[in-house]
Amino acid sequence: MVCDDNARLLHGYLDGELDLVRSLEIEEHLKICPDCAQELWNQQTLRKAFRSSNLYERAPAGLADRIRGSLALETADASPETGAPASKKAPVITLTSRRATWNWLAVAAAILLMFTVTWRIVPGLSGRGNSDLLTQEIVSSHIRSLQPDHLFDVQSTDQHTVKPWFNGKLDFSPPVRDLAEDGYPLVGGRLDYVDHRAVAALVYQRRQHFINVFIWPEGKGKEEALRMKSVQGYNMIPWEANGMYHCAVSDLNSGELQQFTELLRK
Amino acid sequence: MNALAVCRVEGPSSRMPMATPNAGTAGRFEQTVMPHLDAAYNLARWLVRNTHDAEDVVQEACLRAFKFFGGFQGGDARPWLLKIVRNTSYSFLEKNRPAMLSEEFDERVHAQDAPPPDAEATMVRSVESRMLREALEELPVNFREVLVLRELEGLSYKEIAELIGIPIGTVMSSLARGRERLRDALLRARAKEGTRGL
Repeated sequence: MVCDDNARLLHGYLDGELDLVRSLEIEEHLKICPDCAQELWNQQTLRKAFRSSNLYERAPAGLADRIRGSLALETADASPETGAPASKKAPVITLTSRRATWNWLAVAAAILLMFTVTWRIVPGLSGRGNSDLLTQEIVSSHIRSLQPDHLFDVQSTDQHTVKPWFNGKLDFSPPVRDLAEDGYPLVGGRLDYVDHRAVAALVYQRRQHFINVFIWPEGKGKEEALRMKSVQGYNMIPWEANGMYHCAVSDLNSGELQQFTELLRK
Repeated sequence: MNALAVCRVEGPSSRMPMATPNAGTAGRFEQTVMPHLDAAYNLARWLVRNTHDAEDVVQEACLRAFKFFGGFQGGDARPWLLKIVRNTSYSFLEKNRPAMLSEEFDERVHAQDAPPPDAEATMVRSVESRMLREALEELPVNFREVLVLRELEGLSYKEIAELIGIPIGTVMSSLARGRERLRDALLRARAKEGTRGL
């Protein structure tokens, strides 16, 4: 067996990543330790195999053009006033963009269908109360926001960019705070529609998990009945502060989500 | 670190905190990022292990990269793009293959692999590309990714550490453990083929 102490360093040596002193130490060790010497030989053989292998996977033909197409669509969406996206490959892009548009339409249709089915069937089947409907609506909004390109209307980690963005889009001004220092960075915001009204959705991130915080002013809605619960694997924590309802939803574990809401309420 | 955090830093030429992508941005993106499409695809393909999913992941990663392009500070765009591809791949796995992801991270599942048959067979003599591919495919994703980044992309420890968000020492240990597993898997594969009379 290879000596435990040197097993790791042997790889640093193999990769040329050790400093001079360490390298010399390893070289001295290799002279007196046949096991380590053999392991180095093994690993050099392995490396040669990598070098001469066909393991490198190159992008298939057509992928680059498909990406250019969706980027062109993105550019056109982002700045409609500039007209057609400038590109020398206009015909290809037009074709691909159209395909991309159809893809999006298909996705939109699927979502619409899903919502229609949810709205029609769920209340009929179970006769659940309004609060359950609202809960379901919020969780659905959260899930939909995780579909590609649905997460943000405004992408920024800066609360002073996100807050003013809502001006003129809502009839209230949602509180926006970045919690990056606590490990929950603000990553953007979005307009959403919950309980028959436009609401603010703030997006935070914890590792690979997104947290949506839906905010709307107190009204005569069904929000009083919202409870902390877990639905379809998503945790939901509602609270009330400064005349507004807040509801945090995420697939993050409930402990961390709780900590997050406590930080936000400070 | 996550892909979205890269949009914090403004690029030297961006006018606003979140520069709206426009035709000029598209041109710069084409020149600096698109040449690394093969690298992006290679990483995605090895992480999600499926050509179709890899294409979707790369396409989404490129869209993200385009949106955050204002935050790209110049220099080598490859590690920057690969970081976004990695995050997109993990989001994909988390969403679509969560069981596989958690199982793969659990070392105990794989730590009990049978050792090579006898002491005499601890020498790797020759390695066929096919065997290497199979062995690499079977590695847990955290070992697979450091090996792909090091052996196929040729990134330095520092670049890998930055890309994955782990200390440089951890990069070295992950490479060491990943390569040891790869070695054992190859020795086992060879022993198996030997008994079949190949």
